[in-house]
Amino acid sequence: MIQFDNVNKWYGDYQALADVSETIGKGEVVVVCGPSGSGKSTLIRTINRLEAIDSGTITVEGEDIHRRGLDVNRLRSRIGFVFQQFNLFPHLSVLQNCTLAPVALGGARPAQAHQKAMELLDRVGLAHKAGAWPSELSGGQQQRVAIARALAMEPPMMLFDEPTSALDPEMVGEVLLVMQGLVRDGMTLVVVTHEMGFARDVAHRVLFMDQGRVLERAEPHEFFNHPQHPRAQQFLADIRTPFARA
Amino acid sequence: MIDLIHTYWLYFLVGQYPNGPLGGLALTVLLAALALVLALPIGLLLGLARVSPFRAVRWPVTALVHVVRGIPLLMVIFWAYFFLPGVTGHQTGQFSTMLMALVVFDGVYLAEIVRAGIQGVPRGQFEAARALGLGYPRAMQRVILPQALRSMLPSLVNQFISTIKETSLGYIIGLTEASFIAAQINTQVFTRATQVYLLLGLTYFVLCFGLSRIAHLLERRLARRAPVRAARPSAAVPLANESNA
Amino acid sequence: MPRFDLALMLHGQYHDWLVTGLFVSLKLAAVVFVFALPLAIAIALLRLAPLRVLRALGMVYVEGIRNVPLLAHLLFWYFGAPELLPDAVKERLYAGNFEFIAGAIALTLYTAAYMAEDIRSGIRAIPVVQFEAGRALGFGFLATMRRIVLPQALRITVPPLISQTLNLWKDTSIATVIGVAEMMYQAARVESASFRSAEAFAFATAAYLTVSLAITGLAAWYHRRFPVRTI
Repeated sequence: MIQFDNVNKWYGDYQALADVSETIGKGEVVVVCGPSGSGKSTLIRTINRLEAIDSGTITVEGEDIHRRGLDVNRLRSRIGFVFQQFNLFPHLSVLQNCTLAPVALGGARPAQAHQKAMELLDRVGLAHKAGAWPSELSGGQQQRVAIARALAMEPPMMLFDEPTSALDPEMVGEVLLVMQGLVRDGMTLVVVTHEMGFARDVAHRVLFMDQGRVLERAEPHEFFNHPQHPRAQQFLADIRTPFARA
Repeated sequence: MIDLIHTYWLYFLVGQYPNGPLGGLALTVLLAALALVLALPIGLLLGLARVSPFRAVRWPVTALVHVVRGIPLLMVIFWAYFFLPGVTGHQTGQFSTMLMALVVFDGVYLAEIVRAGIQGVPRGQFEAARALGLGYPRAMQRVILPQALRSMLPSLVNQFISTIKETSLGYIIGLTEASFIAAQINTQVFTRATQVYLLLGLTYFVLCFGLSRIAHLLERRLARRAPVRAARPSAAVPLANESNA
Repeated sequence: MPRFDLALMLHGQYHDWLVTGLFVSLKLAAVVFVFALPLAIAIALLRLAPLRVLRALGMVYVEGIRNVPLLAHLLFWYFGAPELLPDAVKERLYAGNFEFIAGAIALTLYTAAYMAEDIRSGIRAIPVVQFEAGRALGFGFLATMRRIVLPQALRITVPPLISQTLNLWKDTSIATVIGVAEMMYQAARVESASFRSAEAFAFATAAYLTVSLAITGLAAWYHRRFPVRTI
């Protein structure tokens, strides 16, 4: 469904992505992890062209997303994206946040969009907050609305950019639960996260990145118990015992 | 001073109306309001051009803004006064001249207010709108501008106050606005210039200070309904938390 | 419309008139700046004084001046204020170069009100602990300001002050209303003498733009050379 072929990206002299070649299949759940600055966020942001690339190709649903004449807006409406900072629209109600795109882009009738949005809000457990303003919600609630908003266009795949990193610890669980529900429904997911529990229990595959390169790719069981690459071993060791040093 | 007010209050307020064109304080306020209303769409367009991703749009407008802001309003008024009749083909009255000059001048200043408003909306809002699939125009229209315009309201009221003060320059081309009427009153009374001009100042003060209080109130109300930021910035969460015990 | 005659702007009598006007504008701006800045510092300090009465005085000054257009100020100082003086003095004033003086007074008071607010913001940007440290050492209010707070505040205040100077430069044009022979006055004079409005106004426009650009350039240079340093 998503394919990277020798993708490179530079910020001036700094190489953010180096020779990345990966394939993510339909229905796969892939977690991307790694230290800060490893390029994980940059990687998923290139999929819906929030970031540009300097060489290589990215193919989504069989199409080269950088080819001339591609309708980038249509591409983006087929990719659900959830931000670390939620980015709900504060001047619209929770419900309006979810109906904006279907009505403005999908040509859905307001009544249809309304009903679909309520279903999605119910699915994330926030139907009772449909008329509320984003500023009245907690961080965890806002992020769940953000997920519902992204689902409103019925995309075949969802990208999550550190969805729980900006949340207070007690709210992380409610968001991960919603994401787990999406996995059960067979959605294709690419998730950048530090939540190793989620990676271990839910993901089909883990990609470990450092300095713009994918250094290891394995099933969660393999990755967490038998990491191959020394950098991955170091990373896992650091996470488990932050104060110990060999 | 009271008898001065008693005799001339109506003349100061509306000029020679209805026996002549509208003048005085009423003209001042009308001119300022009209100028601002007309300058707003221009300011919006110029402001959008200032943040446009296309250089061909951005550069000429930036140049225009810098030129207009580098010359006095009076210069713009003189250009309008001496060249509008040539351009439009017929005599332009003082009101129209003043209106045109104010619209151009304030339009440019409003463009800067609009630009600041648009750039004040967090970048994440724009990304979220684009990530949903909304194109640039639609993202601007439905997400960015509504938020930008709301934050601009106090600045807009301040601009209205400035425009009211700018109308006083109509005096120089003979427009019968408040300052001109005051001068007329002074020539009639002749021996009480101090009182006449003190009263003129007082009138402007009451009008402008009152409006500035409204702007202040607006600013406070807006601060209360500001958008919520995320709880805390990104931080790596440890795998298990027992290690810190 | 007659052809644009560049020569008219570059030499001859009209050129001389315009250049004289330019110098009067520059002189007016310079004189006002020299007097307005210390006055502005005084008003800013007044607004931050420990005594409530002094603070109120400062606020009355700033609000009273800023909410009245410059034109009304000019009319007051030229026509209104002399009325209070005895006739002999009044006649001598009007016989001399009173326009310039009245214009300078009005502009100084007006500009100082705006500069005072910028200076006040600059002072308030300095953490209050700096002020407290000065007082704790035993310095009085004014001494603390002079030795500790103002020197730090100045660097922050310079860019908005330069912006006010730009406004001052443009505001000198309004002095034409009371007959000060500055550039707009001369441009209008050339126009009525020769009907050459385009050339006269082009000269004035170019002159205003050049000085404005110079002032803006100064601001950019200062920002690069003296960036704000905080702890």
